[in-house]
Amino acid sequence: MEGMAGQKSSLTWVVNISAFLLVLLWTIPTLGLFVSSFRDRDQIAASGWWQSFSAAEATGFVRTGTDADAVQVDGRYVIEGTVLEGEQDLVGWGIRAREPAAFAPGEMTEIEDGWQLTVNEDGSYRLVSDAPFEMRRGERIFTTTTVPPKFTTGNYQRVLTAEGLGRAFMNTLTVTIPATVIPILIAAFAAYALAWMEFPGRALLTAAVVGLLVVPLQVALIPLLRLHNELGIGKGYLGIWLAHTGFGLPLAIYLLRNYMVGLPREVIESARVDGATEFQIFRRIILPLSFPALASFAIFQFLWVWNDLLVATVFLGNTREQLVMTGVLRELMGSKGGEWEILATSAFISIAVPLIVFFAMQKYLVRGLLAGSVKGG
Amino acid sequence: MELFWLAVSTIAIGVFGCVAWFWGSNMVLDAVYPPRGPRAGDNIRKASMIRPWLFLGPAILFLGLYLVYPVFDSLWRSLHNSDGSRFVGPGNYIWALGDGKFRESMLNNMLWLLVVPALATLFGLIAAQLTDRLKWGNIGKSLIFMPMAISFVGAGVIWRFIYEYREAGETQIGLLNWIVTRLGGDPQIWLTLIPWNNFFLMIVLVWIQTGFAMVILSAALRGIPEETIEAAILDGASPLQVFFRIKVPQIMGTIAVVWTTITIVVLKVFDIVFVMTNGQWGTQVLANLMYDWMFRGTPDYGRGSAIAMVLMILVTPIMIWNIRNARKEGR
Repeated sequence: MEGMAGQKSSLTWVVNISAFLLVLLWTIPTLGLFVSSFRDRDQIAASGWWQSFSAAEATGFVRTGTDADAVQVDGRYVIEGTVLEGEQDLVGWGIRAREPAAFAPGEMTEIEDGWQLTVNEDGSYRLVSDAPFEMRRGERIFTTTTVPPKFTTGNYQRVLTAEGLGRAFMNTLTVTIPATVIPILIAAFAAYALAWMEFPGRALLTAAVVGLLVVPLQVALIPLLRLHNELGIGKGYLGIWLAHTGFGLPLAIYLLRNYMVGLPREVIESARVDGATEFQIFRRIILPLSFPALASFAIFQFLWVWNDLLVATVFLGNTREQLVMTGVLRELMGSKGGEWEILATSAFISIAVPLIVFFAMQKYLVRGLLAGSVKGG
Repeated sequence: MELFWLAVSTIAIGVFGCVAWFWGSNMVLDAVYPPRGPRAGDNIRKASMIRPWLFLGPAILFLGLYLVYPVFDSLWRSLHNSDGSRFVGPGNYIWALGDGKFRESMLNNMLWLLVVPALATLFGLIAAQLTDRLKWGNIGKSLIFMPMAISFVGAGVIWRFIYEYREAGETQIGLLNWIVTRLGGDPQIWLTLIPWNNFFLMIVLVWIQTGFAMVILSAALRGIPEETIEAAILDGASPLQVFFRIKVPQIMGTIAVVWTTITIVVLKVFDIVFVMTNGQWGTQVLANLMYDWMFRGTPDYGRGSAIAMVLMILVTPIMIWNIRNARKEGR
């Protein structure tokens, strides 16, 4: 597509820049969460995460002490204290909200009735008056401060222990692994039968699997919940494993069948001629050759089960001990809507494992997607 | 730790059970119809008629019990009252037509159907074309593809952080409001901003699905025969013309597949709405409405099933289209 020599370089630039912008746009949301999970509560509230790498400037105010705090020094009345907390640095201060940096640290100003106010660089202030102070609330001192960029892993420690995410992590793992392994086994045998065995009704069954691919989960919720109750399975791990196995099977059979159909006919035929039983062919030839397709489905199912909220809420209980990570996250969004250090950290823990799996096994994921969709076109 | 052993033993039992079934049933079959002796030919024929069903047995059982039976059970329940004790005919469907929340959900679902597949496919196509010949194209693709691995709930948290609102004058920590205030606007509570809040929810799904569209369309673009493109360039077509007149028409089939696949995801959209607005402020959708009726104080299984059946009816055309395509290909 690179045509004329003159246009080429400018076009390349346009393509590079627009591609970069697009990638940036798609990455920024996750990056924001990731950065925020390493900032503490006050920092998150004080500045946007995109400003977290430079010293954050913030404005605020403190009230001075009142009459009760005043002490007499050399016949004058003095109130002392500090306007800074933590690791803030004072940039400027003022006595009106509109001008939070009217004075430099160390300067002195006169508030009404001959009260003199000094705020020093270390944050200490000194309010001096010749007459006793008469005020019910302290005077407001407005400050402009900076906080040096600071990152912490404290959020992770807190979330994993106090917020119960460690437990939820184990629960999610307990749900996910059997729910990934069992459908693969069942589907592999079925896919082999659909791909390489002759029997009446084969075309119909294959069509049924394709049809079942799109059945909305919602249709199955109420009937299965009642079925599980009647069978005595109730709400619990067994129920959710079975449910995920059922819901994952159409895709598993479909992917594996499509892949197995493409395996070389000669290999299977010659094994049959040599007297191998179907079971031997399946175990010795089909399974090893189908590894890429098995891996593709395993990743799909793993990601889907790990990330699922609906099936877990319906088929697993909602007590604190039973919640999976998406469930905890949802609960936190309700109860700690404003505590972004908790939310960001919890969210990041819950998406960390899928992201690792994603980046490590991307090749198989892409292959599976292509097998599932492009052929249909 | 107890849980760990429960999980391990279940995997063991599950895997062992499956293997035992397949292996054992094959053994039995071979014992009943031994493929040797005087009637070997007859036995092999009989055994090979039964064997496929042994291989398919567990799958058919699961598919039947967990997907086929529920469709019919839902249909039955949707024609009955809240606890299934009384037949009400089409009563639940008639109720739905007159219910404000149901109408809102239908309308919103339609809106989602129009916007999300279109935008995700469009962005996917652009991303696929842009990153195609770049040196760092694969890294770029990975990053655009990444949201696919993130749960809808996780994405909900990520985007709620972007939409976060602080009162005017305070430091805006949500990216969107920060940009808006920087440009001189007033900060908004985006998620309660009717009717635009629907679009703010849709953006989340577009963000997730674009990577999927990109991966598939990128493969399709690479499959286009080089000659057609070279011929167009020789005829003096501009890069844009090559893209829109030569490339896009050749991958229309794949675009349709991507579009319908995302359509299915959109129809069933639940988690995003559930965790971000829970259907308040005019953002209700069918899947969340169904969940509502299923889990409110006194669940109404009749109405919940009716809503689920509406979803089922909506996916049916795509189901038929998929089956047709699959059969065409199988021939």
